[in-house]
This record gives sequence, structure tokens and C-alpha cells, in this order.
Amino acid sequence: MKIDKELLLKVAENARLELSQREIKEFLPQLREILESFSKLDVLDVSQEKPSFQPLPLKNVFRDDKVEKCLSQKEALSNTKHKKDGYFLGPKVV
Amino acid sequence: MPALSIGEFVKQVKMEKIDVLENTHLILDEIKSSNEEFSHFNLIAEEFALQQANEIEAEIKTGRHRGRLLGVPISVKDCVCVKGIESKAGSKILSGYKPTFDATVIERLKVEGAIIIGKTSQDEFGFGSFSVNTGIGFPVPKNPLDKNRSCGGSSGGSAGFTALTNLTHASIAESTGGSIACPASFCGVVGFTPTYGRVSRYGLIDYANSLDKIGTMGKSVEDAALLLEIIAGPDTKDSTSLQNAIGEYSNADSNIRGIKIGVVKELNEKCDESIRQVTGEAIMKLRKEEAEVVDVSLPLNSTYGMAAYYLISMSEASTNLARYCGMRYGLHQKLQGSFNQYFTRVRSSGFGKEAKRRILLGTFARMSGFRDAYYLKAMKVRTKLINEFKEVFKKVDLLVHPTMPIVAPKFDEIAKLTPLQNYAMDLCTIPANLAGLPHISVNAGSSKKMPVGLMLTADHLQEQKLVRAAKAVEEVVK
Repeated sequence: MKIDKELLLKVAENARLELSQREIKEFLPQLREILESFSKLDVLDVSQEKPSFQPLPLKNVFRDDKVEKCLSQKEALSNTKHKKDGYFLGPKVV
Repeated sequence: MPALSIGEFVKQVKMEKIDVLENTHLILDEIKSSNEEFSHFNLIAEEFALQQANEIEAEIKTGRHRGRLLGVPISVKDCVCVKGIESKAGSKILSGYKPTFDATVIERLKVEGAIIIGKTSQDEFGFGSFSVNTGIGFPVPKNPLDKNRSCGGSSGGSAGFTALTNLTHASIAESTGGSIACPASFCGVVGFTPTYGRVSRYGLIDYANSLDKIGTMGKSVEDAALLLEIIAGPDTKDSTSLQNAIGEYSNADSNIRGIKIGVVKELNEKCDESIRQVTGEAIMKLRKEEAEVVDVSLPLNSTYGMAAYYLISMSEASTNLARYCGMRYGLHQKLQGSFNQYFTRVRSSGFGKEAKRRILLGTFARMSGFRDAYYLKAMKVRTKLINEFKEVFKKVDLLVHPTMPIVAPKFDEIAKLTPLQNYAMDLCTIPANLAGLPHISVNAGSSKKMPVGLMLTADHLQEQKLVRAAKAVEEVVK
């Protein structure tokens, strides 16, 4: 897979990143080289393997269903400058 | 005079031979005077540390002794949340973020009477092996043994300061692909990475969820092991934390008679001759202690580990970093433009170069049309690589090889590396990290006057065996 400028810009858009011309020029050959090295995995047959989304098998552990203390509204909003009437204030959606 | 071990320090505090407040002042003064030159700390928590020291002193006066870390100064990697203390994972995008809660590991440290002295410098979000990929506006930590060289990464500040100080101190570090072992090797300290899930990740600013492990650094195996023992164990706040009993291993002896150690041929071969010489000598000495040393082979891990690791870690990183959008915490800008325009503006100005590269690669690997060929394929390859380890562990108790293929490089040497050449430096540390295996890096000697680390790896949950062998290494290279 060879990544070109058009695909790079599409990926950047999905990732909500705006790249400068300089970044595009710098990143494109680097990403190509890196992806090329990843294609090493192509030769491995993994048709019989299950993916390991975790390195160890995990058991599902449930917490007791009881009410615990959680963040107060004030605490939850303590790290933002964008707030109004006890709510987060965000950019325009529509 | 060498630093007292944590155990000895606590004993003396309890006997009131060491004044906790005085000692805290001492270490803070050291950090303040060394930080301009070495940048091991992103934040020195002076007021907070003194407040903790005062509380502990007051308790001691009334005869109450909090625990196994009574008055011990502990530094914490910037990516671990400490309530009320700016925690940024070395990134501009988290500017001003003061967590409203403690990470589970921090809670456990506080219960034992530790004094948290500051947040250590790192590659942004852990994205690097030399701590040169610090976020925008963050200084690069310098190796205390040679200022022109790297501390290693990504837990560079933790290792640098652990090596620099002559006072009792240990550090909370974090590894995704080798970020504890690498800097420990470059700075000549002990770096202990536990089995994946041994230590709760609650309150860790994630890099890659299926790979991140909080671990420890210390001046000795005993210190690093004690700190790990304290922070390990199940946590209801982290669904991936393991339920298994932790065991007590910090007091384990160094008897390795009959322990079977496998030298990983392929990883050993890829290291500099001068490195192999140092680690080879240490391994020879272990043989004299009646460990059984054999050659083993990990052909799949040494060939495919790097590609699988970077694909998985970048994919997970790109989803984790999606949460930084300048709304709820961290970097803020004027609310202008649409939803997407605003988020894009904040993210583009808040992330450093390497973070952007990894977000792009990870986003690509998960995009429809590419997901099966890259992301899912890597996850399946991981199964093969774990199985290869499991087969080898049927034959040996521990694996050994150099931690890093080189000694700490000079900054001008690092500047010449391409990103891919940078990634390749992790060849020895990646396999164990990808498989979630516990490992420890311990100093084996030096080359060109710089420290060389030896890495020991055990099967899942076998931390105890590691401590024993690492203590043996410590003794034989003395």
C-alpha cells in the first residue's frame, strides 16, 4: 500500500488534524517508509489465529451494584474555561 | 555516601533518626538546583510535598506510623494523575490539567506514607525511546552521567533523577513498549515492568490500553520491587487489572542455583559488540552462581515483533488521543467556528510532531478498507508471538539479553535518525512488552563509561523469579 498526499489528507481529516505544507512534505516519505516496513507481516499466515486484543486472557469482573461517590458538577467542570450555567460550553454543532 | 535503601530509610524515620520534613527540603533543594541543567521534572510539587511531610511528621510525633514508605520521596511520571497537581503526560494539549482524583497507584503510595515530590519528564504521551519527543514547550531531560546524552525514554526524567540523586528515592514509571527498561538501562538504575494487568491503570493517561503498564524505578532491585509490591494488586476501577495474589518478593534472596536462563540468540546478535561483551560477562557470572544458562531462539518475535507492536500501539494511541479536543480540560482556545473546525485547530496546535505521526498512522491502520490488513492482522500476529514465548517458557525459567542495543546515544546522533530508525532501537524491549510479560532491567556494567542494562524476562505473573535473578546480577557485577 503506497500512501499518497490525497490519502494522507483524508487520514488527517479523520483524525481532526490540519497539516501544514511543511508537515505534509516531511510526513509523507516517513509514513511511506514506516508502512513499507509494516508490510513485513504480509508473509505470515494468521488465518488460523484469533486476535489477541489483550496479552492475557481476562475474566469479566463485575463491581457490586451500589451507589458510590462520584465527581460533583463543580469538580467535573473545574478543568474547563468553557462553561455556562453548570454545563460544558462547546463549539457550534449546526 | 550511597543512598539508604527504602527499608533502611523507613526504619530510621521510625526511630526518629531521620527528620522527614528536613529530608524533604533536602531533596526538593536538589531538584530545584539540578532541574535547570537536567530537566528531569516537568513539575516540582514543592508546596504539596512539604504539606505531606508536615502531616507525616505530625503523625510520627503522636506515635502513628503510616507504612512501608514512611517519608520516602517518590517522583511520578507525568502521565500518572495526581489529584490537584498538574498532570500533562508531557503534552501541551494537557496544559493546565489538574486531575480531580488520584490514580490508584497514587492512592496506594499515600496510604503507605510516601511523599510525592513532582512529575517527571517524558516523551509526549510516551511516544519515544530517547525522551527527545517531548511536547511543544517541554525541555528534554539530560543523562546525569553525560549531559550530551539521552536519559532514554519514555520515562526519561524518572530514570535520570533516580540516577542523579544520592538521597533515598524511587519513581513511578510507565512502559508501553520498553519505556521503563530503556531509560533504566541508559541511566544505570533498575527498571521493573510488571505483568500486564498487575498494576491498575486507573488514572494513567493512556497511550495504548492493551500495552500500558505502570511500573517502578529504583537505585536497587529491592527498592524497585518493594514499590511494585505496594502498587500492584486488583482494582475494581480497572476492569483489566488481574485478580491474582501479588506475593511478597522484595525480600526474596538472590539464590539462583538451578534456575534455567535462556539467552535469546536473535536479540543478542543485534546488539553492539561492546554491549554484548558487558552482558555476556554478567551472564557468565550467573553461571558461576550455578544458574543453568542455555541458548534459546525467538525467531518470530525478533522478526515481526516491531511491526506488530507499532501497528497495535499506534492504532490504540490514535483512539485514545481522540479525546483531546479543547473542551473539557487541557488546552483551550477561543470557541470559534464549527465543532470540527474548533477541535482540529486545538489538536493541530497542541500535539507535537511524533504524536501527529502516530495519530496519522494509527488512524490509517484502523480505517475501513485497511483495518483487516493492518490493525487486525497485527492483533493476530500478536497471538503467534505470545505462543512462541509460551513454548520457550516450557524450557526455561527466564530469558536474558541486553536491554538496549547501544549505550545512551548523544543528542546529535539521535537527531540524524529517521522515525523508523528510532523505532528500531526498541527491538529488544518490544517482544516482552507486546506479550505483557514482566521484565526487569538491571545494570550489568558499563561501556564507554556509560551504563549497560541487562534485561530479564519471565512468564506472566512470575515477578518473584525476576527479583531473585536480578538481585543475583546486582551482586555479581558489584
